[in-house]
Amino acid sequence: MSVAPVKARTDRLQAGLKARYARERRFKLYGVMAIAVAVGFLLLLLGRIIEQGHTAFYAHELTIPVYMDPARIDRTYPQGTNFQLLVAEQQLARFGITDDAQGTQATAMRTLLSSELKFRAAAMIRENPALIGQTVPVTAPVSDEADLYYKGEITAETPSDQRRVSDQQMAWLDQLKSDGAVQAKFNSALFQNGDSTEPEQAGVLGAVVGSALMLLVTALIAIPIGVGAAVYLEEFSPRNRLTDLIEVNINNLAAVPSIVYGLLGVALFINWMNLPRSSPLVGGLVLALMALPTIIIATRSSLKAVPPSIREAALAMGASKTQTVFQHVLPLAMPGVMTGTIISMAHALGETAPLLLIGMVSFVPGIPGGLTEPTGALPSLVYIWENASERAFHERTAAAILVLLAFMIVMNAAAILLRRRFERRW
Amino acid sequence: MIWLFLPVLIALSALAFFGGREIASRRAGASAIKAHSRPSQHGYYALIWVGVPALVVLLAAAIFSGPIEQSVMQAGAPDSIAQLEPFRRDAFFNDARLVSAGQQPHQIWPQALAEQLTQEARRYGDLSRLLSLGCIVGALVAATLGGLFVYTRISPTLRARNRVEGWIGGVLFTCSVVAVLTTLGIVFSLLWDSLRFFQSVPIAEFLFGTQWSPQIAIRADQVGSTGAFGAVPLFAGTFLIMLIAMLVAAPIGLFSAIYLSEYASRTSRAVFKPILEILAGVPTVVYGFFAALTVGPAFREAFNGLGALMVGGPLDGLGQYLMLVQNQMALVAGAVMGIMLIPFVSSLSDDIINAVPQSLRDGSYAMGATKSETVKRVLLPAALPGIAGALLLAMSRAIGETMIVTMAAGLAANLTLNPLDTVTTVTVQIVTLLTGDQEFDSPKTLAAFGLGLTLFLVTLLLNIVAQRIVQKYREQYD
Repeated sequence: MSVAPVKARTDRLQAGLKARYARERRFKLYGVMAIAVAVGFLLLLLGRIIEQGHTAFYAHELTIPVYMDPARIDRTYPQGTNFQLLVAEQQLARFGITDDAQGTQATAMRTLLSSELKFRAAAMIRENPALIGQTVPVTAPVSDEADLYYKGEITAETPSDQRRVSDQQMAWLDQLKSDGAVQAKFNSALFQNGDSTEPEQAGVLGAVVGSALMLLVTALIAIPIGVGAAVYLEEFSPRNRLTDLIEVNINNLAAVPSIVYGLLGVALFINWMNLPRSSPLVGGLVLALMALPTIIIATRSSLKAVPPSIREAALAMGASKTQTVFQHVLPLAMPGVMTGTIISMAHALGETAPLLLIGMVSFVPGIPGGLTEPTGALPSLVYIWENASERAFHERTAAAILVLLAFMIVMNAAAILLRRRFERRW
Repeated sequence: MIWLFLPVLIALSALAFFGGREIASRRAGASAIKAHSRPSQHGYYALIWVGVPALVVLLAAAIFSGPIEQSVMQAGAPDSIAQLEPFRRDAFFNDARLVSAGQQPHQIWPQALAEQLTQEARRYGDLSRLLSLGCIVGALVAATLGGLFVYTRISPTLRARNRVEGWIGGVLFTCSVVAVLTTLGIVFSLLWDSLRFFQSVPIAEFLFGTQWSPQIAIRADQVGSTGAFGAVPLFAGTFLIMLIAMLVAAPIGLFSAIYLSEYASRTSRAVFKPILEILAGVPTVVYGFFAALTVGPAFREAFNGLGALMVGGPLDGLGQYLMLVQNQMALVAGAVMGIMLIPFVSSLSDDIINAVPQSLRDGSYAMGATKSETVKRVLLPAALPGIAGALLLAMSRAIGETMIVTMAAGLAANLTLNPLDTVTTVTVQIVTLLTGDQEFDSPKTLAAFGLGLTLFLVTLLLNIVAQRIVQKYREQYD
């Protein structure tokens, strides 16, 4: 009697179970897919940047014999000589090409040479004026467009409106290469120079120094104040309206958009206090205000992790409150404090928006010498180069990003190491 | 100039410490009473009284010398300069400051003014030297007075340790007040400049106007001399990009949080959590670069190709439109921003899901529910308010995010909800208005502060609401 309905019920349950398990598998799959999207995107991002940027780490150099023509070189002012044109004309002669009256061919040849050639030749003459009248080999980078051609990023198939190298110039470049005059070398200019309008001479060193100066200011201001505030709030503060207000305040400050800090910097530091625009001092002050809440929050959580028994033991031995905190609690919390601080410094290093507002979008050649001089910073350099029209800046932008990421990886790795090495579980 | 005095101050403080310690131990040795505090605590006491007053003088000088110089210069300016327009006058004093620092002036001034400029630069140089000298003398006097005070106070009965600890408490309290001062600084600087902006542009026009073209001509007779400051297109663009970002970040972030907290094994959790953290650590300018040079062109090509397929078919109009899609569109900025927000959403949701007590899970499993049913019917409803708070926080991030939109969204203030169109956002306009060489006082730059104030208030509101929700929810299970 009751066999049939029970069977029907189990059948129904069995069928339902199948559907439920299918739903279960689907649900889990969504989770896997979500993770896969995130991981895949990270790989895509890093892969693309490495793919775009790795070519910027080497550059092509041309070694070319130069006849230091006494008729063209002013012995007292060698840097006034147009060495690029001089070399271009000599090279045309070597190729056996006769130029027209306007010098069109020489101009075309000249644009393949970097203005670095001029500086190097002039420096050689200044060092040894006896070279005038002799033929000496000079090594200098090729121009950015020629470099792109050698790297295969511009080819004869590239539509002519997207390249500035003509077919004839390509033939010359091929010939120079087959003559053995061109070598691919590590692009040391990228690490030894400041920003420049010429891509082949542009480097990240100025921005690295600027960022370092800024982080120094940030660290000197934000770390003592942040740790002090956290110690006060966690260890000393009475619970009252004022400290509640401060706490809410800090939590909200941590979520204020970074660009608002930039506006604060413009209004307070530049317009009101008349500090110099685009200086590491102002940048560091703005980043310090920005990093402050994160440092306070990180320090508080590591102070919280120190068990009360430590405090009680110190107090029982007759230490005062201040002695307990500064001689026992804070040293024990230090690894956590350092970790949080380094991570927030790494974050500050990558912050861009406030720097744009305080004037770090302007072109600053060379390497900054002090806290009040105009300077660039690594992230703002990325922004500036990304907007540059020269195609050779694209690979250099990616290279600058790689340098920036390298610094951040080093800082984060240091933080993780500190945590692993000194972290204590109570 | 003032900062060169810092090493002197440090040296003085060190001298105070060692001197104080020495004097204290001598006086304690000469006295019959057992000293209350140890000599080095007296030393710290002396250090505080010498160092702190001088430091306060220096800090005050650093903060107020700029404004003082400015007002003195303006008060003593000859009539020919005082009669200039305010913008020109500020530029003039700016240049005078540059000249006195040995730099080139920014602008070219007519002959009469150029002569005035060198004169004013000299006056400025004298003034700033006088001020720095005054500050240094002031700091020295403060340090000396403090030192004298300590000298008379040091004695075996002085409770130096308690006093030093009192000072330390005060300094720590001051540190925590800096956070409040920062907020006040933000509010006042934004309010001050916004109020000046709203004097020239009515607040209603700013909030409800639909035309945004902030170019203001220098001469009154130029074409388009009156800029339009209706910010509705910017709000719409910001909202659109935020919406796209949340459509990407909310499901992916939530599902990865669920997977990591409920399904993943210990090892895969140990692998994937740091990877998500890396995604969170990548600077936004890098995302912007990626959006502008990789995602933008890829999306454009995909849409153009799709359009080419549709042309001539029943959807010819749409095809024609898709063929013309540009690199800079709301979809690109929104999608990349969404990816940026994934780790933010997932780590917050992860915390919240983990905070749901294990007993709720166990109860659900005991009733025969599968994992996904437990998640959907028990965990998510229990965690819902917290997750809503996390999403609100992510929204406030998306609204305030600057670099991705600056590099990938564009500048055209279109009032549209079409994700394939170029839109602009509040943050992009702030950057555009404040970068480049211009005076800091024109309505154009002041508009940036109006936008900044709006942005600050909106994100503040979102944060307060979100934090209330998250806090309240956490307390339920604690």
